[in-house]
Amino acid sequence: MHYGNSMHCSWKTLAANKARSFLSMLGVIIGVMVVIIIISVGAGAQSLILNQIKSLGSNLVGVLPGQSEEKGPPVAALGVVITTLKYEDGKAIAQSGNPHIIGVASYVRGIDTVVVGDKKTDTNFLGTTASYINVEDANVETGRFFTEEEERAMGRVAALGSQVAQDLFGNDDPLGKQIKIKRTPFTIIGVMKARGVSGFQNQDNQIFVPLPAAQKLLLGINHVSFMRVKVDSGEYVDSAMDFVKQILRAEHGITNAADDDFTVRSATDGLAALTQITNALRFFLAAVASIALVVGGFGIMNIMLAAVTERTREIGLRKAVGARHSDITRQFLVETVTITLSGGIIGALFGILLSVIAATVAQNLGYKWDLVVTFSSVLFAGAVSVAIGLIFGIVPARRASRLNPIEALRYE
Amino acid sequence: MSLIDVKNLSKEYRNGEVVTPVLRGLNFAIQKGEFAAIMGPSGSGKSTLMHILGFLDTLSSGQYIFDGRDVSTLSEDELAEMRSCSVGFVFQSFNLLPRTTVLDNAILPLMYTKDKRPEWSAKAKAALESVGLGHRLHHMSDQLSGGEKQRVAIARALINKPELIFADEPTGNLDSKSGLQVMKIFQDLNAQGHTVILVTHEKYTAEHAQRILRLKDGALVGDEKVRDRQLADGNGELRK
Repeated sequence: MHYGNSMHCSWKTLAANKARSFLSMLGVIIGVMVVIIIISVGAGAQSLILNQIKSLGSNLVGVLPGQSEEKGPPVAALGVVITTLKYEDGKAIAQSGNPHIIGVASYVRGIDTVVVGDKKTDTNFLGTTASYINVEDANVETGRFFTEEEERAMGRVAALGSQVAQDLFGNDDPLGKQIKIKRTPFTIIGVMKARGVSGFQNQDNQIFVPLPAAQKLLLGINHVSFMRVKVDSGEYVDSAMDFVKQILRAEHGITNAADDDFTVRSATDGLAALTQITNALRFFLAAVASIALVVGGFGIMNIMLAAVTERTREIGLRKAVGARHSDITRQFLVETVTITLSGGIIGALFGILLSVIAATVAQNLGYKWDLVVTFSSVLFAGAVSVAIGLIFGIVPARRASRLNPIEALRYE
Repeated sequence: MSLIDVKNLSKEYRNGEVVTPVLRGLNFAIQKGEFAAIMGPSGSGKSTLMHILGFLDTLSSGQYIFDGRDVSTLSEDELAEMRSCSVGFVFQSFNLLPRTTVLDNAILPLMYTKDKRPEWSAKAKAALESVGLGHRLHHMSDQLSGGEKQRVAIARALINKPELIFADEPTGNLDSKSGLQVMKIFQDLNAQGHTVILVTHEKYTAEHAQRILRLKDGALVGDEKVRDRQLADGNGELRK
């Protein structure tokens, strides 16, 4: 029996049992649909995150404490505290006189509940250098940011993010007022312009204080969490990175690059690392979703086994008129694959439809969300459907082919 | 040379330690063009004999030579090919595919031959017309009367132009008029040169054949020519 004939027969059988065929396809339909949606929505969300990171600026170089693997994320990004970067390191880079380095900002971060009168808010306080304004292109709404003198003198002055100012003072003017962070009073000298969410951090829900004050008075530490170096143009980023490394090695007394206790990364490096993480996440989710496909496969195997029993007489008859074992095996295998492939196609269509809807909704909400439905993911769905049909169809098909024709013909 | 030559054929079923003999040392031959009936009460082994002769079952000992070939030397696939090309079956319970048209039912055996698909319909149509069902081609098999169903089954058995047609109680589920119409078809086919083997427990039905082989408890107890043959006509009437 030729494959074309088998396909033709399968279609007739499926069409004759429409409701059952649809129900048996349901597992594969849902499985394929979920896999397509996860791959597509995952890619869309990835594009959203990466677009945001790109908006941070590609001429920033990040310096993180601790060494990192060549391509992997720096350990500091995974929450390990390493104390090798110091306030003085940032100053050394800033004072090195490299013409392409136009600013260096250092950071430490903490969380506290800040209370003013009857209002309180949970907020981040960011200990940073006066150069922050320049490095991050931030702007002051009212008042001013702290100066380098205030920074060095451990001045107890603070600039509020726009949201913090709103939460604590409403429409009152916060300038000159005092707030307490970790029971230490700070005088408010400025309110920042709203910047929105950028790189996972709500920039407006932060209180900016001089870095030495945050280290000594609020956190009791003497290291910095990370530094950002601003380069005048993207084309000098690579040379600036090498320069920063040399300065830090000199500062830390390191002679061999393999002994580096810091990591220097450009925004592009960060993108690559983040892409790797989000990719891993997407494939993990897709793997979880494919469990639905396996469950669908078992459902189909169950239905095909029942169909073999129900069609025992038909199988006996086919053998009596000359069907070989291989003909019967092929017939049931092709029938199973026809079910799973049809399910796969329907599932892919629904998956694409829902991905388009998700992307449209996200775009209408103002996110930079790219619709990503790759040909390869559709091809993958089709291949997986066929594979499931073959894997889960072989047991029923072999059982059918081994039926004794005489007993099969007598079966009631 | 005989079409069928059976020598000392025996068949037994084993169920663990218990051995049940079904056929005991049969010897007979059937020539091309004969119309033979195998007759016996239920349990006499006549169905088992038909299954062995029709390549659906294997013998336990003895020899079965079909058209000069020793059947016990054939492989599974060769047996399937014999079923496909050399014999046709007509069953008591019709065994048509449900929810399938008359035409597609008749086409079924063609799927397992080297015949090309474009020729299938024409062949099936011709076979159905020869049993008087040319007007029913696109009806579903479930919509037919018993007699019509059995005629579809005969068309299906004929479609590969086999040398030998087996009919297992072909009139068992039919009223007497339809039964006679079916027997008429078998007699006509025999007249055209087909070899027909009829399996039945009824003496009356068996007497439509030219020769009766009597089975009892798995042994051949009689082999005689039918002297007073029943002749059916197409209107379901008997004429002598």
